[in-house]
Amino acid sequence: MSEIGTGTSVVVVGGGVTGLSAAWWLARSGVAVTVIEKGIVGFEASGRNGGGCTHYQSPLFHEEQRLWPQMDELLGYPTEYQRGRIVFQVDPRKERFHEGLAMRLPSGYAWDVLDPRQVRELVPLAGDNVVSGVHFHFGGHANPQRTSQAYAWAAQDHGARILQHTAVRGFETAGGRVTGVETAGGTIGCDALVIAAGPQTGRLVAMLGHDLPMAAARAEMIVTEPLEMMPITGVDGNGLYGRQTLRGNLAYGGGPHEWFGDVGLEETPPKPSGSVTRNIARRVAELLPKAAHARVIRSWAGVIENTPDGRPVIERLAAPDNVTVATMSSVGFGLSPASGRAIRDLVLDGACSFADLEKLRLSRFEGLARDWRDGLNWLPPEAVISAAVS
Amino acid sequence: MSPLTLPPPDRFSLRGKPVAAAEHVELLVVGAGAAGCAAAIAAANAGVSVMLVDENPVSAGLVGMDVPLHFGGRATNAVQTPERLVERVLETSPALAEAFELGVDVRLSTNVWGAWVKAPGLVLAGGLAGLADETKSWFVGFDRLIVAAGARDLNFTFQGSDQPGVMGAQGFDTLLTRYDAFAGRRLAIVGSGELAIRTAEKALERGLEVAALIELRDAPQGPAEAVARLVARGVEIVTGHVPLAAHGDADGVRRLVVAHRDDADHRREIACDTVVMALATVPVIELLDVLGAKRLMAPERGGHVPVVAEGGATSLSEVFVAGDCAGLGGDAQGSGRRAALAALASLGRTSEALAEAPDISPAPGDPAEPASAGLAYQLEWAQAMLATGGPDVLACLCEDVTRGEVLGVRPPRYLGWRSNTLARRDLVTLAEDGPINQDQIKRLTRACMGPCQARRCREQVALMMALGANVAPETVPLAGYRAPVRPLPLSVLADWQESADMDAGWNVWFGIATQWIGYEDIGTEREAEQLRAGMPY
Ligand SMILES: Cc1cc2nc3c(=O)[nH]c(=O)nc-3n(C[C@H](O)[C@H](O)[C@H](O)COP(=O)(O)OP(=O)(O)OC[C@H]3O[C@@H](n4cnc5c(N)ncnc54)[C@H](O)[C@@H]3O)c2cc1C
Repeated sequence: MSEIGTGTSVVVVGGGVTGLSAAWWLARSGVAVTVIEKGIVGFEASGRNGGGCTHYQSPLFHEEQRLWPQMDELLGYPTEYQRGRIVFQVDPRKERFHEGLAMRLPSGYAWDVLDPRQVRELVPLAGDNVVSGVHFHFGGHANPQRTSQAYAWAAQDHGARILQHTAVRGFETAGGRVTGVETAGGTIGCDALVIAAGPQTGRLVAMLGHDLPMAAARAEMIVTEPLEMMPITGVDGNGLYGRQTLRGNLAYGGGPHEWFGDVGLEETPPKPSGSVTRNIARRVAELLPKAAHARVIRSWAGVIENTPDGRPVIERLAAPDNVTVATMSSVGFGLSPASGRAIRDLVLDGACSFADLEKLRLSRFEGLARDWRDGLNWLPPEAVISAAVS
Repeated sequence: MSPLTLPPPDRFSLRGKPVAAAEHVELLVVGAGAAGCAAAIAAANAGVSVMLVDENPVSAGLVGMDVPLHFGGRATNAVQTPERLVERVLETSPALAEAFELGVDVRLSTNVWGAWVKAPGLVLAGGLAGLADETKSWFVGFDRLIVAAGARDLNFTFQGSDQPGVMGAQGFDTLLTRYDAFAGRRLAIVGSGELAIRTAEKALERGLEVAALIELRDAPQGPAEAVARLVARGVEIVTGHVPLAAHGDADGVRRLVVAHRDDADHRREIACDTVVMALATVPVIELLDVLGAKRLMAPERGGHVPVVAEGGATSLSEVFVAGDCAGLGGDAQGSGRRAALAALASLGRTSEALAEAPDISPAPGDPAEPASAGLAYQLEWAQAMLATGGPDVLACLCEDVTRGEVLGVRPPRYLGWRSNTLARRDLVTLAEDGPINQDQIKRLTRACMGPCQARRCREQVALMMALGANVAPETVPLAGYRAPVRPLPLSVLADWQESADMDAGWNVWFGIATQWIGYEDIGTEREAEQLRAGMPY
């Protein structure tokens, strides 16, 4: 294997939603794209998340909101996107949480404050303990695994190549550019490179001489048996994120994450450890008391990437200048329709055509203390002896 | 270029929020069958503190969901009062009664829904198990764990197999002998090997009728003398046939239609109220997989089984296995005793009495040794059932997914999705992108995603995938098991006694304050203002 085709050829490292969406956008532009994924597409965080698509803080927010309602049609495969979201609280201390939201939500997006009665009308599984809620008429949820596969298939339909079970181990450079990526199966040549490898992005970027501070953590979700469909499926609150799936299952996560010391390049994803399973179950039962009888049938865990300020890095590097790096810092699913388009623009045009990404540059971390993780207390749990409390 | 604003130190991680165990034992034994009881008794005799947990008798709710065995809606009302079944369960197991008398802490009607040793987020000295009964869940710490969870049934579906009266041999045996709560009268038994013969013999012993044994191959698979004895008692052996459809009424099955394996139009009917699937059993490895014990595919031991060394040792130093879940066959009691010995030795508490227990079971299969017939027999069944019954039969009962939908990698019907691009996708095209994977098929088709936790469909979906992608069934990777391995109500699983630290350190996501500042506001006075105000929720 050396050249993968004539004309511009782009290699995307990482078959999560960020890399897959980028590949799809590039392929739609007629570029020869190869996605290299160490496992199966969407098998890491991209297929294991809450499916939330409401990221008002992001410069990609407007594009996220514009694209989601069109994604099924654009991709030709279902994503299960559902518009709208209700967030409500059952803890009296959080009764006025909408005031904090009002400070942050951009104008031009409709939302209402709901009283407990209104919440119960819209959320049949809610109970007498509701204190207040909000209803966003934007944002929403999609099915993570189905969406990941939809990007992959749609990219293939536009001619992209997807190499699964292939890990990238290094890069070949010449004349200040990356000319190929190294895999166990040989070197794959490229004119341009996209690194969107989730938690492994930092390691890969380091091979090109850049310091991208990142830490990886694990988070868990639980899912119940199917229940009768609620009129609005994007319902969460009480310290939880999640949704009712279109099958009727309640899928929720939230609460303590576990920082990892280091994640190997080719490590398999962790399973849930039970360390927050029961606490999540409790909060779901509190949020939706009429579903307290519902049986939990599974849980799962995913590994998540984060930068020190919790903000993405989406940037075409100055050197090597044919490399674009994208890591979404723990909220990359919902933004993926837009992040892929931004990456496409950066790769082909050198700049994003629809959003300002200046503040997301890697250079903001220059001068960051080496022990930044200690400073932020982004540390793994300390050793604990299992002991009876009785 | 705006200066970097860092968030405050993280107080929302697992750090400082250890999981608290409500109880601690030196040895936890899961499963009070022959192997588990033998292990518990041996360890108790050596003076070790032992907790022996068994989910039997299970609640009526679980019986209705075919958890943990395929009960097939053929239980009597007796299962409505599991308290009364406890006595029955004790009566039928002298070993369990013995364990009780030796001071083993026996917990019946209690399931173990998860177990962990040195898992992410749980930096433990020993291990931790999640237990639950009908009303609550809790954690038990252990130094050593012996999993003796037994085996469940291999199931194949056919038209009408989602009605009351279609069940597994293990489910049948539990209802009949352990609970004395079997509601059927006349059986058709699918299979003709030792399991099917044993099932027929037990049924006859208890005064039930056995109409027929149904075998796909041309000759019965079990020992000839045993088959002859059944024939002499009026049991018909129908060879060369597979179940095609079960017909019935509100009470469930009334008759079973079987078809010739090569000609679906060549049929006959068997009057029966119960169809018992008795082709094979499958080791119950769910807890072992949650624990992360190494596995291998060993068809001669029942399929996916743990890698086992001397004394039932697994790849995890705290965890041992005994009985059928370690790989089918062998001497369950002996393996239980040996696992106890090995577990005790690893704790530095070797007992001389135990050391004398002779090893009379066959050595665990050598992983390097090629499987003789592999899963060929099972694959033959899957193939014949598909050929005769067609693609419209449900492969996954809970999620209403047909065989054809598995083969076509179709999204669930309730999405009402159609597109030309999707129509071009199937298992063959998927296999072109890399080895097929059952977890992927699960997520795309929802087959195996239901409340029975795939006990009724896991193996047959894997076989269907092998057929669809034209690969060896032994190469289809196991769809991973995840806690809780029993379907538990939210209110039962919930930790209602959560620590104050957990509550105070709870955030909906990472709680990185800077993450949620609007992009426009970064580097402005509004950023500082929002950071002062704190997270909105
Ligand atoms: C439990 C949970 C809940 C979440 N909830 C939400 C939510 O509601 N909304 C939201 O927007 N986000 C959510 N997230 C975060 C979101 O899932 C991630 O931000 C997003 O999936 C990141 O996508 P990615 O493509 O950048 O990275 P990933 O999904 O991590 O994909 C990176 C891929 O790169 C591959 N790779 C890595 N190294 C190599 C290599 N050397 N060679 C080849 N391939 C490699 C990996 O195998 C992986 O498939 C959640 C995450 C989790 C785990």
